[in-house]
Amino acid sequence: MARTFRGGFHPEERKHLTEHKEIAVLPVPSVLTIPMAQHIGAPCTPLVKVGDEVKIGQKIGEPNGFMSVPVHSSVSGKVIAVEPRPHTGLGTVLSVVIENDFLDAVSDTVQPKNIDSLSQKELIDAVKEAGIVGMGGATFPTFIKLSPPEGKKADAVILNGAECEPFLTADHRVMLEHPDDVIDGLKIMMKILSVDRGYIAIEDNKKDAYALLKEKCKGEAQIQVVLVKTKYPQGSEKQLIDSVLRREVKSGQLPIDAGVVVQNVASAAEISTALRTGMPLVKRVVTVSGSGVENPGNFLVRIGTPLSFLAEHVGIKDGIRKVLAGGPMMGAAQYTMDAPVIKGTSGLLLFTEKEYKHYEPSDCLRCGRCVKHCPMRLMPFMIMQQAELNNLDGAVKYGLKDCMECGTCSYICPSRRRLVQTFKIAKASLPKK
Amino acid sequence: MNEKLIVSTSPHIQTSYGTSKLMGNVLIALIPAVAAATWIFGIRALILILVSACSAMLFEHLWCMLLKKPTTIFDLSAAITGVLLALTLPVGVPLYVPIVGTFFAIIVAKCLFGGLGNNFINPALAGRAFLLASYSLPMTTWVKPFYYKVDAVTTATPLKILKAGGALDVGYWDLFLGNIGGSMGEVCALALIIGFLYLWARKIIQPHITISYVATVALLGWFFGYNGIMTGDALTSILTGGVLLGGIFMLTDYTTSPTTRLGNVIAGILAGCLTIFIRVKGGYPEGVCYSILLVNILAPQIDKLVVPRKYGA
Repeated sequence: MARTFRGGFHPEERKHLTEHKEIAVLPVPSVLTIPMAQHIGAPCTPLVKVGDEVKIGQKIGEPNGFMSVPVHSSVSGKVIAVEPRPHTGLGTVLSVVIENDFLDAVSDTVQPKNIDSLSQKELIDAVKEAGIVGMGGATFPTFIKLSPPEGKKADAVILNGAECEPFLTADHRVMLEHPDDVIDGLKIMMKILSVDRGYIAIEDNKKDAYALLKEKCKGEAQIQVVLVKTKYPQGSEKQLIDSVLRREVKSGQLPIDAGVVVQNVASAAEISTALRTGMPLVKRVVTVSGSGVENPGNFLVRIGTPLSFLAEHVGIKDGIRKVLAGGPMMGAAQYTMDAPVIKGTSGLLLFTEKEYKHYEPSDCLRCGRCVKHCPMRLMPFMIMQQAELNNLDGAVKYGLKDCMECGTCSYICPSRRRLVQTFKIAKASLPKK
Repeated sequence: MNEKLIVSTSPHIQTSYGTSKLMGNVLIALIPAVAAATWIFGIRALILILVSACSAMLFEHLWCMLLKKPTTIFDLSAAITGVLLALTLPVGVPLYVPIVGTFFAIIVAKCLFGGLGNNFINPALAGRAFLLASYSLPMTTWVKPFYYKVDAVTTATPLKILKAGGALDVGYWDLFLGNIGGSMGEVCALALIIGFLYLWARKIIQPHITISYVATVALLGWFFGYNGIMTGDALTSILTGGVLLGGIFMLTDYTTSPTTRLGNVIAGILAGCLTIFIRVKGGYPEGVCYSILLVNILAPQIDKLVVPRKYGA
């Protein structure tokens, strides 16, 4: 029996469009735009200026502050601009624009590490220097998860292979095509954290990946491959911890407070690649799908490739209404295709009328569907009622602060009410701590 | 790509189950009950149900016209109210009775309070309560089942016989299949249970309130018998009167029931207690309608008191 949490729902997956398509290497465009902000936390400071020559893997952005990781060039060529450019999630962001010389020269700094001889501290630094972040979309710097604060200790690492967003199959393909990297990345993280319990959690709509990883982990006493129920938001950290370990992360705390580190499977594979080959995070697998795409598929894309280049490669149909970076439940709608693929871009979805439908909201029926399905077990319709009355205390009482904005309530609401959308606004008007 | 792109915050997809689809499923679940009513009480039952449904939709449409708002009849909730109200009537009522009833249900109980989602009591039951007070004779004149083939013969409902201290001359099968006197839609338990299983299987309703209500009626019906403590009969309690019709189609009404599982269990128990209390101690032989109306009023309070434990709380 697949393990699961309470609440959530099963949306129409539409993963069949791409789940059997092997990862194809996308050609590299002639100009790439690499934003200095590809992680939550302060943007990097550019290390290059217009006219500089750069090589693949060369550090071009120096991190600022604790939550920041470096940014590297994904191509060799010449810097032609350092200026604000469109970004998939942050409006416009200072970016380094590089003209590709098509030589694919690799920087000297790309050197394999000898994992066995490195200390835990050195391994953490190597993960940080490789610019690795949560590649499921949250872009939380991975090294922070690997360095628990004083007095806190992890006893389990969970690799998140749930990929619960409809349409997306990038993680699925990474697990199928690079299982050894995924497992190696998990082992490295377990070593860094001195943890002897590793889990790889996979939704039961990806039985092939489950079977493959289970086979590969046969001799690994410390690693358990776990089947979790196909249900949104199974890939949310807190819900996955509940499903796999039957533990809850207390309100306002982080998974590490419950002794768990959760990491995306693609990030794990990237940790392995970065340490074994020295190549930092400069490319990722992106699912390109939706009814507006001629040839949907999974592509290995250099970070900085414009969405328009990716879209042209797969062929765009007429009547595109919405362009999304990420999945349909939590991804960001784009106003331009000029923004580039960044470390957290798990998908590029082009929606026509087929997926995008506009409904007018009507009054709340009090049907209780939002209550039944809320994975945080809140009362969304009550939060909404209080928020609309501008009573923030009341909204907090029914769970405003615990809302993780997964969108389940808005998806499920038969009255088409903009629940999570309202909560985002209400949260923004909460007094800062 | 020349079209302007639509930008909005996530989520970008929505369920296909909008209000009208949910309500349409409730109408489908009512088909067995309507069919059973027609079979047991004749074509007149079907005519009454259709008149009721149509007048309910007409009143709602006129209300929307009066307010110069887009019509809301296509959410199908008015049609459900019409059908449900008709199912609570005896087959012998004059045709104007459901029309008056749906006027009260739709205009007074629903539209005046702001329409679907804002009514504080179940419109169909409010309409029935109004009719019972206004037309008490036709509303309590019952005909024997299947007598439409010859001449209508009046009879008493099982509950009335029991309340008067009499013994039933029908078995469980008659009660289950609807071979008894009573409202058009309440007599055939089989048809109602089919509707319930359909709604449950399609996840249109949650079963908690229905199960807790029926279980409470069964338990208390057995305990507080008409002839003293523990003289009642559990099965008879739930198969007579409107327990199943009310428990399956009225208590589960989205707007007037609590939203949490526990809240629904509590509401079901409360309604069950009130039903038996009215049956045993009240002036009427049946208490389903008033018990549900009373619990409707409590639903928002139950939602304020029963807040689920949050994840990580």
